[in-house]
Amino acid sequence: MTDLILEHISKRYGDHVVLEDFSARFPAGQCTCIMGPSGCGKTTLLRIILGLEQPDHGTIQGQVRPVSAVFQENRLFEDFSALSNAAVVCPKGDRQEAARHLTALGLADSLSLPVRALSGGMKRRVSIARAVLAPGPLLVLDEPFTGLDRTTKAVVLDYLKRYTQGRTLLLVTHDPAERDALAHSTLQMPSQIT
Amino acid sequence: MKRVRQFFSRYRSGLQRAGAVLLALAVWQGLAMGVGQKLLVPSPLSVVERLGGIWQEADFWGTVWFTFRKIVAGFLLGLGFGLGLGALAGRFPLFEILFRPWATMIKSIPVASFIIICLIWMSSSRLSIFISFLMVLPIVYTNVLQSIRSADRQLLEAVSIFRLSWPKRALYLWLPQLKPYLLSACTVSLGISWKAGIAAEIIGIPAGSIGRMFYDAKVYFNTVDLFAWTVIVVVISVLFEKGFLALLKGVFGRLETL
Repeated sequence: MTDLILEHISKRYGDHVVLEDFSARFPAGQCTCIMGPSGCGKTTLLRIILGLEQPDHGTIQGQVRPVSAVFQENRLFEDFSALSNAAVVCPKGDRQEAARHLTALGLADSLSLPVRALSGGMKRRVSIARAVLAPGPLLVLDEPFTGLDRTTKAVVLDYLKRYTQGRTLLLVTHDPAERDALAHSTLQMPSQIT
Repeated sequence: MKRVRQFFSRYRSGLQRAGAVLLALAVWQGLAMGVGQKLLVPSPLSVVERLGGIWQEADFWGTVWFTFRKIVAGFLLGLGFGLGLGALAGRFPLFEILFRPWATMIKSIPVASFIIICLIWMSSSRLSIFISFLMVLPIVYTNVLQSIRSADRQLLEAVSIFRLSWPKRALYLWLPQLKPYLLSACTVSLGISWKAGIAAEIIGIPAGSIGRMFYDAKVYFNTVDLFAWTVIVVVISVLFEKGFLALLKGVFGRLETL
């Protein structure tokens, strides 16, 4: 596994410059926290790393694929059970492994419930379990603790520490406590460029 | 008194529907009595009497089966082709552009024109299959295309990121997306397939069909028979619609529990 290296990345939407000559190195097997004010381009940066956007200029080097993600939104299959949502990304659809992860996140009693019947916090945990279960060296976490209370957040932090060892994590958060609990290093992004 | 109130409260919806049907029958009876001529407006009672005898006639079930299988075959063909062509158009924009004039043409040409044109091309016994097919195809096609176009972009990104296989994408993303559109398309097109199929039979007059019975009733001014066959078509159409939609919902429900 190699470091993820971004060199001279630029991205603009029309006249609006989001990223300008941005370079960074994310060490392999470590968690890097990306912080910065709202609108500074954090999500755009993640979308470029995920391959959902193409940069106007610049290159990405290192082992990026396959990649997994917790998006800002849950993006779950609402008609299907929590277990199905988590197991869908497992190689060969390993439902036992998926059940183990959901149980670790305190969802043992909700495995067979359709996601649409779950609370916001429960849905968030299902989307986190799905991202962790998906194979790949890189895991992108875009504000993963949104909507979680303090106790649940502690459970999720513990879960992430245990189950993501050895993977490269990119964590976007505004909360220094979340950063301190999970990240090895921090990348502070500059304010929005206009 | 309390029990009566509870009964009305519990069965309010059913009672309202039954009340509406009874009111419609009363209006029909009043109209029949007002006109006073069985040839113009037969009474509900005379139609019920005719229904009591019509199903015992030797060729009744053969006639119903003849029309039923043709219209259902046309409906299922329209459903299958609508799904396939809609999926192709959703996937390949060029196909959608190329198919657009055909879809517009099928939607806008009057069904009677199609029936007469098709009578030149094919035997009258197959006409109702083709006409039902033509009526169902654009409805299903348009709904499938719409369902693909209105797919959740965020979910599309998620299945791409998680590199889900095509069978998984079909099951988890596309089937739930398609479900409301397909149910809506089937609800609309089931009724239309029966209307258009019977119309095709009335014009084509294939032997042993319900359309033939309608035609004979018209020729012999047998209004009671006309009303009785209309009731039979409505009952078969509604029963098939309810049964098919229940089956479809069952299939979707079963898939969601996988």
